[in-house]
Amino acid sequence: MARISLEHIRHAYLPHPVDDADYALKEVHLDWDDGGAYALLGPSGCGKTTLLNIVSGLLVPSHGRILFDGQDVTGLSTEKRNIAQVFQFPVVYDTMTVFDNLAFPLRNRDVAEAEVKRRVAETIEMLDLGAWANRKARGLTADQQQKISLGRGMVRNDVNAILFDEPLTVIDPHMKWQLRSQLKLLHKQFAHTMVYVTHDQTEALTFADKVVVMYEGEVVQVGTPEELFERPSHTFVGYFIGSPGMNLLPVRLEGTTAHLDGHAVALPDAVAVPQDARVELGIRPEYVTFDPAGLPVTVQKVEDIGREKIARVRLDAHDIAVVLDEGAEVPADPRIRLDPAAINIYANDWRVDWGI
Amino acid sequence: MGKTWNNRAWFMVLPVLIIVALNAIVPLMTVVNYSVQDTFGDNVFFFEGARWFREVMSSERFLSSLGRQFTFTAIILAIEIPLGVAVALAMPRRGFWASVCLVLMALPLLIPWNVVGAMWNIFALPDIGLLGYTINHMGIDYNFTNQPISAWVTVVLMDVWHWTSLVVLLAYAGLQSIDDAYYQAAHIDGASRWSVFRYIQLPKMKHVLTIAFLLRFMDSFMIFTEPFVLTGGGPGNTTTFLSIDLVKAALGEFNLGSAAAMSIIYFLMTLLVCWLFYTYTMKGEQK
Repeated sequence: MARISLEHIRHAYLPHPVDDADYALKEVHLDWDDGGAYALLGPSGCGKTTLLNIVSGLLVPSHGRILFDGQDVTGLSTEKRNIAQVFQFPVVYDTMTVFDNLAFPLRNRDVAEAEVKRRVAETIEMLDLGAWANRKARGLTADQQQKISLGRGMVRNDVNAILFDEPLTVIDPHMKWQLRSQLKLLHKQFAHTMVYVTHDQTEALTFADKVVVMYEGEVVQVGTPEELFERPSHTFVGYFIGSPGMNLLPVRLEGTTAHLDGHAVALPDAVAVPQDARVELGIRPEYVTFDPAGLPVTVQKVEDIGREKIARVRLDAHDIAVVLDEGAEVPADPRIRLDPAAINIYANDWRVDWGI
Repeated sequence: MGKTWNNRAWFMVLPVLIIVALNAIVPLMTVVNYSVQDTFGDNVFFFEGARWFREVMSSERFLSSLGRQFTFTAIILAIEIPLGVAVALAMPRRGFWASVCLVLMALPLLIPWNVVGAMWNIFALPDIGLLGYTINHMGIDYNFTNQPISAWVTVVLMDVWHWTSLVVLLAYAGLQSIDDAYYQAAHIDGASRWSVFRYIQLPKMKHVLTIAFLLRFMDSFMIFTEPFVLTGGGPGNTTTFLSIDLVKAALGEFNLGSAAAMSIIYFLMTLLVCWLFYTYTMKGEQK
């Protein structure tokens, strides 16, 4: 287990990158604590798998260094880095039994057979695979095979980190939940450093202590699930996390007032934004309420999603989503209020801190 | 489930039945017919029962061509399958050179059999052929027209040249279907090159190799044109394989009865070996 530091990592798949657009990873500078559970969250093509492969050593970054516990491992092969990786599709050795699959990484490292037996038995116990130990891996279900992939990492008790590349993609929904909680449990028990790549916010937020949100080859925010929800530092985070995403409204600032077309919205404090910046006010639909003293809107439609309702309303030319309790009704003269405490101001997509 | 029975649907199948009957069943039955009868001409036939079969099965000539046939097939399978896999493993997995290799590999397969035979005949001639001349020039006495060993070597070499590509292409297709994640996982698990082959590549190639094996078995077991053009079955009878022998019996000597019996035995053997091999390799696949 190790602390992983990524120092100014940049990566381009092209041999001669010219400008930023050629880089799959623009610049990533991060520290992952020993024993932490991290999620890399972002849409397809944002560079999260590239970053993961750089950590595992399958890719060598064009620029930058990777340190494990302060030691430079940038040039080391995957095998020497001593990490484990679970892939999107379960990778098992079809012709081997479950037991032999788990023993494989140990036998390759010339571990004594008695020790192999002991460690594999432990891992089988841990992953609840006892009933299948002597079955061929081929015939097992996807979730069992994925457990075997994980087990091949866990069986080596000295791994520096376990990396997951969208490991639940091919798993049935009801098994997803089970596997995820088992993973969480294993993390609590053994405190491996775990990095989990996904584009599913639920997976990321439930698995990780800290979520790294990536967008177009950049890390846009690293934070706890709560931070990502309350204080998204980039409009992309606001939009990507939460369902529906954050409302973004173009505004003009004047002291502690934001002017939204003809309407004035009170802010908790003043902020300093650069001249000519594109300024937007962001607020989560959960913090928009119907209030007779608020801004007049027209209701477009109301979606009932079970536990709550989402009202799609229009304020002049702007679409706004409002989350309502299940029992609540949209008033006859709909007016909305934006909770000042939940407002964030964005200049050119990046969040600006309060105060001047 | 309420299945609809509509007997008129049979009429839809009728054209296919007629075509299959005319081009497969009727000729096959003719052979069966010949195999149990004898004739002295004038289209007069006598029923002979299993006499031809008994005669063929106990004839020295049939057994020795059968022996040559199995030897030949065993030799070319033992060379072509491992060689094909080795070549496929050595080919680049993507990019420009992968395409170049594929085209080069496909070339021998596009050449008609009799041309292959003629090509090798000229190529291997000891006096004017490039190969034959070179070998003799190196001090090795080589002449496929009158030395059994030379003839065998040439026939085997020709078949390997002609057909290894097929195994290569099939094995290559099998290798291409392996996701990169398998190699990456094996790398992480610290697997050796041999382990990667043994536990990832070979199992994933199993199906295509089964097909390659069956195709090469059937084709080589029925080989006719190439050795016929190259050696004509000689010197003596040393490269007279089953099909060459069969043609000699049927068309050369007009022994219709024994040739027909031979055809049927030949056909059943091919079928049996393929069936046994297929059932054996696919056993436990469903589990």
